[in-house]
Amino acid sequence: MAAVTRVKGQRRVGMTGDEAVAYAVKQADVDVIAAYPITPQTIIVERLAEYVNNGELNAAFIPVESEHSALSTCVGASLAGARVFTATASQGLALMYEILWIASSMRTTIVMALANRALSAPINIHCSHDDAYAARDTGWIQFFAENVQEAYDLTIQAFKIAEDKRVLLPTIINLDGFILSHSLEGLYVLSDDDVRKFLPPKEPVNPIDVERPMTYGPLALYDYYYEFKRAQAEAMKNSYPVILEVFKEYERISGRRYAPVKEYGMEDAEVAMVILGSSAGTARYVARRMRERGEKVGVLSLTLYRPFPEKEIVERLRGVKAAIIMDRSYSFGSPGAQLFMDIAAALYNEGERPLLINAIYGLGGRDLTPDQVEAAFRAAFEAAKTGVVKERELWLGVR
Amino acid sequence: MAGQVKSIKEIPREELFAPGHRLCAGCGIPPLVRIVLKAVPGPKVVVTATGCLEVATTIFPYTSWRVPWVHNAFENAAATASGIEAAFRILEKKRGIKRPKIIVFGGDGGTFDIGLQALSGALERGHDMIYICYDNEAYMNTGIQRSGATPRGAATTTSPAGRVIPGKMERKKDLLGIAIAHGVRYAATLNPAFPVDMYNKIVKAASVEGPTVLHYLCPCPTGWRFDPSRTIEVARLAVMTRMWPLYEYEDGRYRITVMVKKPRPIEDYIKLQGRFRHLLQPENKWVLDQLRRDVEEFWERLVRLASASE
Repeated sequence: MAAVTRVKGQRRVGMTGDEAVAYAVKQADVDVIAAYPITPQTIIVERLAEYVNNGELNAAFIPVESEHSALSTCVGASLAGARVFTATASQGLALMYEILWIASSMRTTIVMALANRALSAPINIHCSHDDAYAARDTGWIQFFAENVQEAYDLTIQAFKIAEDKRVLLPTIINLDGFILSHSLEGLYVLSDDDVRKFLPPKEPVNPIDVERPMTYGPLALYDYYYEFKRAQAEAMKNSYPVILEVFKEYERISGRRYAPVKEYGMEDAEVAMVILGSSAGTARYVARRMRERGEKVGVLSLTLYRPFPEKEIVERLRGVKAAIIMDRSYSFGSPGAQLFMDIAAALYNEGERPLLINAIYGLGGRDLTPDQVEAAFRAAFEAAKTGVVKERELWLGVR
Repeated sequence: MAGQVKSIKEIPREELFAPGHRLCAGCGIPPLVRIVLKAVPGPKVVVTATGCLEVATTIFPYTSWRVPWVHNAFENAAATASGIEAAFRILEKKRGIKRPKIIVFGGDGGTFDIGLQALSGALERGHDMIYICYDNEAYMNTGIQRSGATPRGAATTTSPAGRVIPGKMERKKDLLGIAIAHGVRYAATLNPAFPVDMYNKIVKAASVEGPTVLHYLCPCPTGWRFDPSRTIEVARLAVMTRMWPLYEYEDGRYRITVMVKKPRPIEDYIKLQGRFRHLLQPENKWVLDQLRRDVEEFWERLVRLASASE
């Protein structure tokens, strides 16, 4: 996100990440909310319930009996033509897992806030990106917010992207549990009018209509299933230019510029760090200090995670000698954690590509310290110098 | 009550469930679906859980449904229907879109077992829907595995009639008891051999604002192992032996809608079906006796509830 600019009609307010998401959902004039309580998401739906019960939001708030039913209810509501929102985290996302696939394949336009939280066991309520990664292959568009402002802005934009006729895919906004969900920050909010102009009521494509009866969710075997999946793959690819378009339009009303990838110091970086979520700030802070000492480091942080901004990342990493890929999760038995595998795959066919180191950090909400970030950069410099990656997998700050 | 009929001849002829589906010959599902779509007046949307009805009627690119029809997954038909109902309710207010009646079909697996939580939630929240369980008393779509609806003694592929354990050893869950405990205003059992009783109960359910639950005995020639030409006969015997009492619950009152004063012996029902055949062997008489006690106990309870309602 570019520096915050003051634009007429915006208000400066203090909100937590959860409150900012709820406020954005209210301004989006959502029709149906179905959710089940889970920390650290709960404040989002508590605020929404207040908005509805106080008459500030004309929506159906459905307090379902599980996350599985939350997403199932959202699927039904979205097919009926409603603008739909839900929120969850961790175990809740895991319980929704079956329906994540159905929601995207049925081309619903559900928007979900995911207050990222570590998966059990042991049970933990703090941040890991396990839940976001668990949804990685399910056909949802995914954004990562770095701060509360982004959580607010991305929520509003998510509805426009998901509901675009060229897209029709459900969308997740990731916000780091507690670090963003519960942190009070200052942010600019748009006026209701501006949001309404940017995001008019949903114009559903083929909604349930008794005058035009259709069959939703049929059986398709080896003669048609394959083509359904291919069409879905195309939809995900097609969402990319729409996302860019929506970012541009949003910049016009908000003055805040969004891009799939944010970069710092990449113009001349010898080593780089690629990271998701709120820790990007820590990475940039360390990079700035190191650059002041003349060390050429850069940071790439992803605002868009699915569809994966492959081209942008490959371009930005061109000329970089070694890169640290930061994963706040782990993929047991895999050749690297999730973001590492994505980036390694994206780079594989490039003639010129950096050496890659995978750094695991912050699991279960453990702080990522500047020292750890600097140690990771040092490992990258070492690899860049010797041309060899001694340890491909680093566990930052583990005892 | 308006819309109710006295004879099968008064039932509307319009068919909203098209032929050409791939349900088995003699399957009990089509008579249910056809009558439901005739009995529920006005605009309607059907939600169906994964199961025989879903797989056999919507094989892409074909469909048997002349009404909007939605399938999401196995255990979430009631939750999916909740979302559709709530969406139409709010869209009616915000954009004047007319709200249809929501009808849900789930098999016994999708209702008694895996879908019970979603059903409980939907009933508790009070969504306006008619939930209909077509109960063929086992997981027929996956090849006849026992469910919480399988009656005691019945042989299925996961409760086979073995030398040591002769079929399912547990009694059937009381689905309507569970539904009624949620405070639904109307609940009733249905049976294809009594189409007028069935039609009128559906009309009643449709007239209620809020959730109602209907429980339909769905004979399955494939899983129960009987001649597909005898579906209605088997269904009728279930009522005449008191194996399947026809009753309704309405605003706190129970009523037996087909009184069976002199029941036929349950053997008359059982001997037609391969799933129960082993119960007629002398060494399994104890299971048959238990099943008979289940049937007697339930009937007596029902008679008590009905007479207390008078």
